[in-house]
Amino acid sequence: MELYPEKRSALIPICHIAQAEHGWLTPEVIEGIAELLGLTPAEVRGTASFYEMLRTEPTGRYLVSICTNIACMLDGAYELLEHAEERLGIAVGETSSDGMFTLEESECLAGCDMAPCVQVNYRYVGKLDSAGFDSLVGELAAGERDADIPPHGVLIRTPRRAPRAVAGAPSGGGRSAGGEQAASSGAAGQVS
Amino acid sequence: MALTGAAPIVSARRDLEGSRTLEAYLASGGYEGLRKALGMSPEEVAAEVDAASLLGRGGAGFPAGRKWSMLAKSPVRYLVVNGDESEPATFKDHLLVESDPHQIVEGTLIAAYAVQATQAFIYLRGEFALGLELLQQAVDEAYEHGAAGRDIFGSGFSIDVVVHPGAGAYICGEETALLESLEGKRGFPRIKPPYFPAAIGLYGKPTIVNNVETVSNLPWIVIHGGKAFASLGEGSSTGTRLFALSGHVRRPGVYELEMAKTTFRDLIYAPVLGDGIRHGHELKAFVPGGVSAPWFGPEQLDMPLSQDEVGKAGSMLGSGSVVVMDDHDCVVRAAWRITHFFWRESCGQCTPCREGSGWLEKLMRRIEEGQGRDEDLDLLMDICDNIAPGLTWPPQQTTICVLGPSIPSSIASAIRMFRDEFLVHVKEGGCPYA
Ligand SMILES: Cc1cc2nc3c(=O)[nH]c(=O)nc-3n(C[C@H](O)[C@H](O)[C@H](O)COP(=O)(O)O)c2cc1C
Ligand code: SF4
Ligand code: FES
Repeated sequence: MELYPEKRSALIPICHIAQAEHGWLTPEVIEGIAELLGLTPAEVRGTASFYEMLRTEPTGRYLVSICTNIACMLDGAYELLEHAEERLGIAVGETSSDGMFTLEESECLAGCDMAPCVQVNYRYVGKLDSAGFDSLVGELAAGERDADIPPHGVLIRTPRRAPRAVAGAPSGGGRSAGGEQAASSGAAGQVS
Repeated sequence: MALTGAAPIVSARRDLEGSRTLEAYLASGGYEGLRKALGMSPEEVAAEVDAASLLGRGGAGFPAGRKWSMLAKSPVRYLVVNGDESEPATFKDHLLVESDPHQIVEGTLIAAYAVQATQAFIYLRGEFALGLELLQQAVDEAYEHGAAGRDIFGSGFSIDVVVHPGAGAYICGEETALLESLEGKRGFPRIKPPYFPAAIGLYGKPTIVNNVETVSNLPWIVIHGGKAFASLGEGSSTGTRLFALSGHVRRPGVYELEMAKTTFRDLIYAPVLGDGIRHGHELKAFVPGGVSAPWFGPEQLDMPLSQDEVGKAGSMLGSGSVVVMDDHDCVVRAAWRITHFFWRESCGQCTPCREGSGWLEKLMRRIEEGQGRDEDLDLLMDICDNIAPGLTWPPQQTTICVLGPSIPSSIASAIRMFRDEFLVHVKEGGCPYA
């Protein structure tokens, strides 16, 4: 929060950080964030629901996003999406019963040179055909991609530091986590 | 072929090993531009950018120097760098973020100094998970190096740079929606006037919003001078520019080309660029500058990649993304998908945009699925005309932001260029390409 002149600005970053806990924003987490920022839970929910990435429903460990926008559509994205539904046994928007996979049809992911473009937890896994998709699913299920694809909700593994010129924190020091991260574990703390 | 030998500017480090690290960046001249800028007055830096006549690379193509000169005086001013990159088929900023994050940081710092900002934000779309990590690391390294934060390089100039993640909403690329989002709200565009960011921006304070590629040009411009930049290209289209090429070419990708000296034909067919259409198919149509732009056909292949020329021909270079469709692609389906996108991403504040996109989407889907009627074509054009009266270019705006008036581009182009194909869908009761 101390990164911003007004603390409400921290709302989206805090939501991202808070999603790391459960992979989505539970009602309790939303309440915690609201308290932290001096907002009502309805305000937090109302804002979060505007954004595709802030999830207010249970989400699988792996969120598979398949882009079907123009460049990807031209290269078979809908066929891949259909295959993915079959392979995962779920429809677009659903989560598998074991909580491993959520499938999503997405708009352009700015990876149109790898059409059809697929992301897992917002990490590019490239241009995939059906066979490539199947082996990816196998690897994910076996935990073989844990190093490059953290569970859903863990967006940024680099801690954001508090700025030093304005906040007056010591310069050159290795302050690893901004106040925000502490704050969010506070929010999460209220949950448990 | 008129491929000029102009050396790349913003993508110069794309193939450099370890280009994301401070070490490699410094070894290849990194932060020299910032050092030089800090030895000049802010006005002198702005004058170089003005002399470069650097056009904004975010879509609207407004000259950066002129924009800066419009920034209202105030003790608190902000710089916001736009890395939302969500215009379909645009993926150039993605390349910059992942291959040269320090260049973005340096460009941000130079811009911040030139406009005497008191804090800078880089807003990156949330789906760039790796990009967010790399950019944050670059900012941290810049602090350690003394290039950001307090008393930069001993110049007395101090500024904080904050990397801010978006959360998935196309509309947040529109500058006023981006500011709302940065304030922790839903991304609803603000009405201009009065909410021109340069006057009333972030937290109500004067704010400059510049695209990631725009600021990435600044280190080079400061080092080599605005004149050197302006000597590349032609007319108002100066320098080089990133073009994101996708669709049915053999080599999709991002290519940095001298502006106005290269043509669409070069971009699509040159062996070192797009290398032609796949599978020996023929070019049918292409989107010249993001899906908000009206389409071009083979007749326009020899048009130079120049903002003026493309504008005069009734379209725009926009976000610099070119999508190629060939003679095996259904244009009805393509225009439907683009319309589907706008319908999904409309923020809903304005009736013509919210309702119009919904009606168009339904009609287009109906035609593609074979349930269309002959009258549907006129109906489509009527709705388009309602959203952007007269269907002129640039479009008339009756809505808060230009997402609305951009919606008709693809449908109006497809009907104008391929009316017969719509009629075949109607007559045969289905898509002839399905
Ligand atoms: C619907 C909409 C989406 C936009 N998306 C982006 C975007 O993703 N990135 C961007 O830089 N500009 C985008 N723009 C343009 C911005 O409003 C703004 O003009 C630009 O960021 C200014 O930077 P520049 O002058 O350096 O180009 C968008 C505009 C509209 C209307
Ligand atoms: S034109 Fe569309 S996207 Fe823009 S403000 Fe109006 S409803 Fe929202
Ligand atoms: S169109 Fe699919 S990533 Fe851009």
